[in-house]
Amino acid sequence: MGELRLMKGNEAIAEAAIRAGCDGYFGYPITPQSEILEYLMAEKPYEKTGMVVLQAESEVASINMVYGGAGAGKMVMTTSSSPGVSLMQEGISYIAGAELPALLVNINRGGPGLGTIQPSQADYWQSTKGGGHGDYHLLVLAPASVQEMSDFVKLGFDLAFKYRNPVIIHSDGAIGQMMEKVVLFDPIPRRTDDEIKKQCPWATVGKTPDRKRSIITSLELDPGKQEQVNLRLQAKYRKMEAEEVRYEEIACDDAEYIFVAFGTSARICQKSIELARAKGYKVGLFRPITLYPFPVNPLRELSTKIKGILVVEMNAGQMIEDVKLAVSCSLKVEHYGRFGGIIPTPEEVTENLISKVIGG
Amino acid sequence: MEKTINKEQIRKPENLVYRRTPLLVDVPLSYCPGCGHGTAHRMIMEVIEEMGIQQDTIGIAPVGCSVLAYDFLDIDMQQAAHGRAPALATAIKRLWPDKFVFTYQGDGDLAAIGTAETIHACNRGEHFTMIFVNNGIYGMTGGQMAPTTLPHMRSSTSPYGRDVEIMGFPLKMTELITHLPGTYYVTRQSVHTPANVRKTKKAIRKAFENQKLKKGISFVEIVSNCNSGWKMNAVQANKWMEENMFPFYPLGDLKVDGQIVEKK
Amino acid sequence: MAKVVGDIAVNIERCKGCEVCVGVCPQQVIGMSVEVNGKGYHYAGPVNDKCTGCENCALVCPDGCITVYRMKVEVEQ
Ligand SMILES: Cc1ncc(C[n+]2csc(CCOP(=O)(O)OP(=O)(O)O)c2C)c(N)n1
Repeated sequence: MGELRLMKGNEAIAEAAIRAGCDGYFGYPITPQSEILEYLMAEKPYEKTGMVVLQAESEVASINMVYGGAGAGKMVMTTSSSPGVSLMQEGISYIAGAELPALLVNINRGGPGLGTIQPSQADYWQSTKGGGHGDYHLLVLAPASVQEMSDFVKLGFDLAFKYRNPVIIHSDGAIGQMMEKVVLFDPIPRRTDDEIKKQCPWATVGKTPDRKRSIITSLELDPGKQEQVNLRLQAKYRKMEAEEVRYEEIACDDAEYIFVAFGTSARICQKSIELARAKGYKVGLFRPITLYPFPVNPLRELSTKIKGILVVEMNAGQMIEDVKLAVSCSLKVEHYGRFGGIIPTPEEVTENLISKVIGG
Repeated sequence: MEKTINKEQIRKPENLVYRRTPLLVDVPLSYCPGCGHGTAHRMIMEVIEEMGIQQDTIGIAPVGCSVLAYDFLDIDMQQAAHGRAPALATAIKRLWPDKFVFTYQGDGDLAAIGTAETIHACNRGEHFTMIFVNNGIYGMTGGQMAPTTLPHMRSSTSPYGRDVEIMGFPLKMTELITHLPGTYYVTRQSVHTPANVRKTKKAIRKAFENQKLKKGISFVEIVSNCNSGWKMNAVQANKWMEENMFPFYPLGDLKVDGQIVEKK
Repeated sequence: MAKVVGDIAVNIERCKGCEVCVGVCPQQVIGMSVEVNGKGYHYAGPVNDKCTGCENCALVCPDGCITVYRMKVEVEQ
């Protein structure tokens, strides 16, 4: 059994990074996620595991440091919050285009613009639909607890290397800031240089006479070849859709109505289920854990057994589009959202289920 | 009486004194006729060949005419987003501290869009080498004004000449970073004459050797031509460069072994 | 007495006819061809036997097209 600790979600991410054998963290301060960089600087993993930690001059620099480090075969990550992640989008697109493993974290805050420092889920589209330019996807993990903040760091790195694709932990200021107990996984040693060379033959680690030079690029001037690159990426995304879907169903066995919600919204919905059931309504929760690939088939299957869905998000209605596509508009799908940094109360969520879906 | 010596007698392997280094990939370069990028590439690869560090070198290509440098240099390379080469190099050098890491950038890349990454990599005193090819113009996109375009110089976005009242002044990035504590060696060279090519190669060699000392950035600016962008032939462009670029961007060392070179 | 003689070999198909090599030759050895190569460029080449193998042309050639040979020969007087 791992070590039990009481930690903030942001701290759990930082601690998990060290334990996962991460080679390099590059970041820039922004609320509500600055504790990640602060924790790492306080822990000084560069003296313990040899992990590099660097405060960059901007998010543009930090994502491009991640691009460089990932191209060199290292296990690297950055974290930020919404405005900072917007600034990173060009670099993220390059990383996806060059097919490199990297872990990104967005502790969402309310927007648009400088918005608010309070929690939000308004970057759902940005995380799941690409965000930067070109046809690409990140693999998107949505933790709903401090425990998952820690666990998804390791899972995220595993998936990033498995698919040579950037993975983003899509969380929000509430989970980043809240303290919960967390069971930390046992530390994994960083890979040795030789292990890296073996695991990542494509990486830029110095050309030896026995191989062709490694080139990390997202450029292909020949449109025919660029189309092939795109087709290869699409095949990878189909594989992720087939193999990496993760979700959780709570109280769905007898449910007639369900909430679909992720992250902090999903936690609120758990309380709303209790309130609704106390009123005699059979209500459950479907929680997507991978926002991309979206759990299309499990949700579709569940939708055949129920009468209606309330999608609860801390935004004006983003995931609802994926929900509607999944269920092919075969039943009532309504949305309830609060935005600008407001977390909905369980009571208002239940009321909205009753008024918009059950009674409406 | 002089014996006549025929070419076959001279062109023997034992008489070979100069050949294109095999560390340049055997493909045609994508550059315009007479462009200094090709010579700059060759000097870098000659240094890598002479130091025997092909296996330990990682290069970063920019966005600009030299975006395809990785097609020509037979070493492991990464292609950066426009202006971000120093960020990539920072991470790579920190994660592989015993490798030789260098960036290769044009003036738009290094001194406009990448200004922040350039200054901060220099100011942090990263231990890699920066090669800065300054042709006073955006070559790749068709000859637009660069931060380094001279006053009154014409470009496609300063068709009547750079009016500094409206368009601002050219930026001497090399002078600027000389004064940052994190730079260890800063020099400005050119590759348009044999003597200058030799000096440039020496400078690049020093800049690479310095990486072993881990004392900060070694920065080699190469003032170069862009005959297509300047709308001249290569020979005219080199002459124009001597007459116009060098007075504004004087050649020579600006900082050696961490000491600023005092100008007399 | 010893004398240095040299020769250059130009990779004709790689030459882009920029003429940068022409002016840096102290012996005025290099001229441009009348005919063009596969890419349509007039290419550089030696036009006399005065080459000393000084390497100047090869050093400035942006495309690295020039290979240089040099040897010492004894000249009887
Ligand atoms: C973010 C971004 N903005 C603009 C461009 C377009 N662009 C490509 S190359 C270039 C200018 C390069 O000029 P310079 O760095 O001086 O190099 P040169 O081509 O002259 O060698 C520009 C603006 C781009 N690729 N990416």
